Parts: sequence; C-alpha cells; structure tokens
Amino acid sequence: MSRERDRARREGERTRRDGERPRREVVTSPRTTAARHPRYPVSREIDEQTRLGEVYMRSLIRTQFRLALFVCTVLGCVVGGLPLLFLLVPELRETRLLGIPLPWAVLAGLIYPAFVLGAWLYVRQAERNERHFADLVERDR
Amino acid sequence: MSTAYGVTAVVLVVLAAVLIGAFGIRLSRTTSDFYVASRTVSPLWNASAIGGEYLSAASFLGIAGLILAYGADMLWLPVGWTGGYLVLLVLVSAPLRRSGAYTLPDFAEARLESMAVRRMASVLVVLIGWLYLMPQFQSAGLVLRTVTGAPVWVGGLLVAAVVAVNVMSGGMRSITFVQAFQYWLKLTALAVPAVFLLMAWRADGSPGLSAHDAATWALPLAGDREYGVYSTYSLILATFLGTMGLPHVLVRFYTNPDGRAARRTTLVVLSLLGAFYLLPAVYGALGRIYTPGLDRSDTVVLTLPGRLVGGMAGDLLTALVTAGAFAAFLSTSSGLTVSVAGVIGQDILKGGVRSFRTAAVLAVIVPLGLAVSARSLPVADVVGLAFAVAASSFCPLLVLGIWWRRLTSAGAMAGLLTGGGLACGAVLATIAGGPHTGLTGALLAQPAAWTVPVSFTVMVVVSLLTPGRIPPGVARTMVRLHTPETLNVNRGDWRPRHT
Repeated sequence: MSRERDRARREGERTRRDGERPRREVVTSPRTTAARHPRYPVSREIDEQTRLGEVYMRSLIRTQFRLALFVCTVLGCVVGGLPLLFLLVPELRETRLLGIPLPWAVLAGLIYPAFVLGAWLYVRQAERNERHFADLVERDR
Repeated sequence: MSTAYGVTAVVLVVLAAVLIGAFGIRLSRTTSDFYVASRTVSPLWNASAIGGEYLSAASFLGIAGLILAYGADMLWLPVGWTGGYLVLLVLVSAPLRRSGAYTLPDFAEARLESMAVRRMASVLVVLIGWLYLMPQFQSAGLVLRTVTGAPVWVGGLLVAAVVAVNVMSGGMRSITFVQAFQYWLKLTALAVPAVFLLMAWRADGSPGLSAHDAATWALPLAGDREYGVYSTYSLILATFLGTMGLPHVLVRFYTNPDGRAARRTTLVVLSLLGAFYLLPAVYGALGRIYTPGLDRSDTVVLTLPGRLVGGMAGDLLTALVTAGAFAAFLSTSSGLTVSVAGVIGQDILKGGVRSFRTAAVLAVIVPLGLAVSARSLPVADVVGLAFAVAASSFCPLLVLGIWWRRLTSAGAMAGLLTGGGLACGAVLATIAGGPHTGLTGALLAQPAAWTVPVSFTVMVVVSLLTPGRIPPGVARTMVRLHTPETLNVNRGDWRPRHT
C-alpha cells in the first residue's frame, strides 16, 4: 500500500523532470517571497477523519491484521496438524528422539522455544510496521 | 514427620501473604497506582507478575495429575495455556493496552459505546472468575488434607479467608513485585524437586513404563478415551483462544507504559511460561512409573518427593512443593478476586470503597460454597472449562472489536449471550449433572469446538443485520487502538472509570 504510494510519487517526479525541456534560467534570488506549500501533516488528516486519513488508518490496520493472521495460520497449521499427523501416521508416535518418544519431545519440550521464536519474529515485524506508518504520517506532504 | 514441615510451609506462605497484604494498604490499589508503577516496571518484572498470577493450582498440580491419569493427550493443556499468549500477543495485546481499558467491561464500553454490552461483559467476568476460583479452593483443601489430614473444606476456607482479607485491605494487588516473586517461587518449588526426582530415578536404574502404558498411555490419541480426537481439538481451541478472555490477565497489561511494551511483556511471558511448563510432564511421567494407582491424581506433585527421595530430604522437598502450591492458590485467587470484586462493586453494586468490600466477600463466598458442594472434578478440567467460556464469549468480542469496524452493540450482545450462555450451560451440565457419557459427554465436557464458532457467527451475522447500530465513534476508537503512542493524533477522550 504505502510502497505503491511511494513509487507513484517517485514516478511523478521523474516524468516531470523528463517532460520539462531544459531551459536556461538566471537565478537571481531564492524564492523567499513566494507562498510556500502549506504544512499539512497526515496526522491532521487522521484527526479530521478525512478520506485520506481513513486510507492511512485502514492501511495500517490491514497490514497489522495480515501479519496477525499469518502468525495465526502458521500456528493453526502446526498445532492443528500435530494431532492429525499422529493420528494418520502412527509410526511417528513410536519414533524416539534422544530416547524420548517424539510426541513427548515435541509437546513437552520443543514447541515452547518455537512459540517464543514465533512471538519474537512477530514483535519485530509489528514494530517495523508501526515505525513505517509513523514515518509516513509524520512526514509533511 | 512430614506433617510438621508441610504445616510450617503453609503457615509461612500464608503469613507472608497476610503481612504483605497488611503493609500493602499504604501502597493502595487505585488505577493511578498502576500508572505510577508503569513508569518503573520493566517488561521482565511485569511478565513475571503475569506469570505469577496466571500459574494457578491447575498448572502447579493439575496438569501433572491429568498427565498421570490420561497420558500424552493431556500434554496439550500446558501447550495451549502457553500458546494462548501467542494468540493474545498477535491479536490483542498492543491494541488492548492502547484502548486504555482497565477491565474487559471497560473495553466493551469503550469500543461499543454501550452500557448494555458493558453490563453483559461484567456478568461474564464474574461467572468466569467464579468458575476459575472454585477449583483453586478445592485444590487448597486437597493439598491441606494430603499434607496434614485436615478435612477438605479447611484448606479452601483458609485460602478464601486470606484472600478476602487481603483484597479488602487493598494489599497484594497493585504490588507487581509480589506477584513477580510468586512466579519465581513457583518455578523453584517445582524445578528443584524435579531435579532431585530425576536424580533418584537415575539412581534407581531409570525404570521405564510398563509395557501396557508404553503402548497406550504414552501415545497421543491411543488411550481408551471416547472421542479423543474431538476432545483434543476442542481443548486446543479453548486454551488457545480462552487466554485472552481471562479477567485477571488483562488487568496486568495496564501496568505496561504503552502498546509496544505490552507486546514485549507478552513475549517474555511466553518464555517464562514455556520454562515452567517443561516441568509438569516430568512429574506426570515419573508419577506413572512410581505411583500409577494414585486415587486423587492431582496430588501426584506432592506425593512423589516423599515416595522417590524419602527421608529428611523428601520431607523438605514436599514442604517446598506445598509452599509452591499455596503460593499458586493465593496469587491466582487474589488476582481473580480483585478482578471479580472490582466488577461486582462497580457495575453491579453502587461503586466506592464499601461496595468494593461487600463485593470482595461476594466474590469469594460463592465459589467457596461451590467448592464445598460441587462434585470434585480434576482441577485442570474445571479451569479448562473456564477457558472454554472465555473463548466463546470474550475472544470473539476482543478479536472482532479490535479488527472489525462493523461490529455493533447488538451483534456483540447476541454473540456474548449465545456463546457465553451455551458454554456456561455445558459447564453447568458437566459439573452439576455429570459425568455424562458418549458423544453428549464429550460435547459437554469440551464445549469450545462448537460454542466458539457459534459465538463468532452470531456476532458477525447480527452485526451485519444491524448496520445502524455501529458505534458513532468507531473511527476514532480504531485510531486509538492501532496507532503507536509516539504519534501525536487525536485518540478521543474516553477514560476508564476509577474504582
């Protein structure tokens, strides 16, 4: 979403540069007197609940929701798949890992570090998403 | 004799709780204290406090007991009780902290702008709290009977009285460090004896399971339990989705300074719980080898040190485990009682300090009565039922409330009523009318697999049918829930009501 917006902006700048014929111009003074582009941050769009503000908010929520859904899907596959796996492939139940039956090694041991790893990766990505959103919102348009 | 050590352990833990409660008066319990604490409490302390409050009798005694009785299928219980925090982390933790809600009814009110939903959430908090408290009191009775031979009701009464006095005097609750200490006490009380037990087992020549047990008990979905596959999946659903709906867990998130810290705290909670839950399986498996015919399997954690280690060391280890068990009863019960009493006092009675005191008594007496009168199920099973009710009521409310703009107050109420009502009905039928057999028995004993989808569906369908009742401030609420605190945006002016 935001990446598309960036690309559109960059492309706009490039076509403007390409389209303009090079003109010779004598620079006499910087445009100190001309009206500046008004400062209008995105956070104000959000506060005033304009359509643009809504687009920003929806993009944030959608990004975070997709991430959450991804984690939940992986979790669902692992957790929901294990009983099915043990049911359909009975040999797995008898397999031993370092002398411990595989179901016990997984359910009473290995799954916990896996949870922590998943959680750590999630936190990293969620914070990254938020930083990205904050950068977008705080940058002047 | 071991009785003396056991009694000493119980007395020490209870005395410590009472003293801390008495000195805690000055530390008070208002929401602003949580604000104050939030500036000084690091994620590790906060997470320890959550762990200390979360690890109840069910975790300390119940899981090992169920593993001893039913085998590998029960390994899912601790997995779900830990994994629930992963679901909570990704779906709920940061937005919930950002909502500023102090309790689940607060969240319902803030998000749906409806007092009716708030009241319904309050009733559910009280029901879940009572359902969770009842087995804590029952286990306290069981432990005290095992250690001293006292009648079963004595232990429950002791814990209930200490908790009620503590909560009324305002101690215990806001002291994050006390709850944090409880986690480490419980971990030590289970880990140290486990090391000695394993050493004794090695010295004994590492005996294995009997051939019959190795072929059935040790394998998942291999025992003679009816509808094992259904029960396993229903248990997984209840535990993974129920964690986020527990009233005493949510309040702790308020101590985090912001949503980002809430996430990091949850991450640490996952690590701490993972470390703790490595242990019950050890007790369960050793119990199956050495004490397969234990009449109340919940006592396996208390019985093993005496049986395997024996002598003075065995007595001391038993005392340590007993102390850990009482710490578990007291910390979880205190957390639950404060949550339940807060809701009763504020939403059902008039509010204010006197209401809170009446509410604290009510919060404790009802589950105590239930504990004495109801049929005694394994502690982890009853706590599992509390998770099922939470998963079928608050889980849909939180998930849809945080991520779906079109949730309406009518939809939320219909979902809470249907899901919570069905789950509560199943619980009642199991505890009061059971044990049922066959498919009905399985459906009632593990209701989550059907009540959770029903609840989600009702909430979504009724919301879609009542588009006119989408709360007017939903856009602002979404900004509040999802934008990081570093941004300077308008988040609305809703604040939780102070107790």
